[in-house]
Amino acid sequence: MKILVAVKRVIDYGVKVRIKADQSDVDLTNTKMAINPFCEIAVEEAIRLKEKGTATEVVVVSIGPKSVQEQIRSSLALGADRGIWIETGDEPVSALSVARLLAKVVEDEQPGLVMLGKQSIDSDNNQTGQMLAALLDYPQGTFVSKLVVEDGEAIVTREIDGGLETLALRLPAVVTTDLRLNEPRYTKLPDIMKAKRKTLVGTSPTELGVELNNSVVLLKVEQPVERSAGVIVDSVDALLDKLKNQTGVL
Amino acid sequence: MRILVIAEHENSQLKSATLNTLSAARHLSDDIHVLVAGHNAEAAATQAVTCSGVVKVLLMDDAVYQQVMAENLAKLVQKLAGSYSHILAPATTFGKDLMPRVAALIGVEQISDIISVESPDTFKRPIYAGNAIATVQSMDSIKLLTVRGTAFEAVLSEGGDADVENLDVVCHAEKTRFVSAEVVKSDRPELTSADVVVSGGRGVGSEENFQVIYDLADKLGAAVGASRAAVDAGYVPNDMQVGQTGKVVAPQLYIAVGISGAIQHLAGMKESKIVVAINKDTEAPIFQAADYGLVGDMFEVVPELISKL
Repeated sequence: MKILVAVKRVIDYGVKVRIKADQSDVDLTNTKMAINPFCEIAVEEAIRLKEKGTATEVVVVSIGPKSVQEQIRSSLALGADRGIWIETGDEPVSALSVARLLAKVVEDEQPGLVMLGKQSIDSDNNQTGQMLAALLDYPQGTFVSKLVVEDGEAIVTREIDGGLETLALRLPAVVTTDLRLNEPRYTKLPDIMKAKRKTLVGTSPTELGVELNNSVVLLKVEQPVERSAGVIVDSVDALLDKLKNQTGVL
Repeated sequence: MRILVIAEHENSQLKSATLNTLSAARHLSDDIHVLVAGHNAEAAATQAVTCSGVVKVLLMDDAVYQQVMAENLAKLVQKLAGSYSHILAPATTFGKDLMPRVAALIGVEQISDIISVESPDTFKRPIYAGNAIATVQSMDSIKLLTVRGTAFEAVLSEGGDADVENLDVVCHAEKTRFVSAEVVKSDRPELTSADVVVSGGRGVGSEENFQVIYDLADKLGAAVGASRAAVDAGYVPNDMQVGQTGKVVAPQLYIAVGISGAIQHLAGMKESKIVVAINKDTEAPIFQAADYGLVGDMFEVVPELISKL
């Protein structure tokens, strides 16, 4: 079984985001970028399925300008077999357009399982996997913290409000990963060297026959209202006094 | 403008997030329909009838909707979508799972996690873990929205007098099979709608030690939350996680115990009215977001607090 994993290049999770002075967008100039953490978990899980003998090949796909090749290469260094780069400009591609592009790649590659992160830490949309499943008429397992593939099904344990839910998805299926699915491995230098020799082919929305649309216009990006630090109290009694007499919440 | 709200419910009643979503819908129009898809869900439909602003309740009652599956529920919503200008669902795991699937089926984008309605086509939503707020405008003919519950006050389940229309649109989930659910049952208030939340972090140290957090919560009639670190360490189940990728809470009082205050945790609780932080590390970032900080050993401070409440 082949596994296709979609990965996104985003701001490194440890970097504090800056907003442009004209409030047109966030400012990513000279910002450290990385593979979206949820996508990295998806890559790791696919590689583990290959190591267990469940999967035979792990293909990684990413969409964006040339710089996204870095995230494809880092996925190859983790252990994926080959990469596909769909070249677009610097403008962000909408979630539905991403899903349409990925659907075309799925039609070409015919994977048994498609894996994505549940959301990217930049737009926080949490949409692409579900949209892709809809376009392909595949079953979907979102927010997955455990995955077992057996007898033509993906048995997924999902993190839902209130607890956990287990579904059996008939393959081919789309799975989106939550944080507790695994802890991605560290890449070793020889693997990074090896990744440079792995196949990475480029394609484009035109070649895939997808027209990019975006019906959502970003009008403004602003700072949220920040909480300011309050006071340090020196005892439980002082705390209770504040809560009872100053705030009225108790 | 006619609005469709997809109800999240337990057949016997609506989930509180549905009442917040109805509130967001009322910012758009007074012509609101509610879809209740479930099995033996008359009670949930009856509650929806009474909610202010609701004109019609669409009840789709069939055994195939006993377990909520995005695969078949999305097809049902797709069949209804053409009659509406906006379709809303709560930004809970239910709505997050369902709505993008609906969006792709009808060929529109979705706007996730809205925190305000600026106009019928313009909304605000947090991005970058809440470190920036985006204002976005949708050009789609049907606007698909998920709603952050804490940003909209719940509507009252009273005063409304809607009609109920029984639907007969059975869509099967042919490729998804329900296996099991482990739902944590608790007598404590629901985390996302509680007035008081007590959360514990890595500093609590173990599953056993978390008892002191539960004790404080029970003394206050509070819900219990946790940081990602505490969940990852296995002290508490995943559904208690407060943060960017967990639950977003905005209680009157939030007490963070043994929580350092990572950005992703703050994203889930910074809308709380009053924040109290108890931590032995004076440098913990949580103190920068707290109205009242108490530096000390939680195993001394919290029992003292319980005894004096």
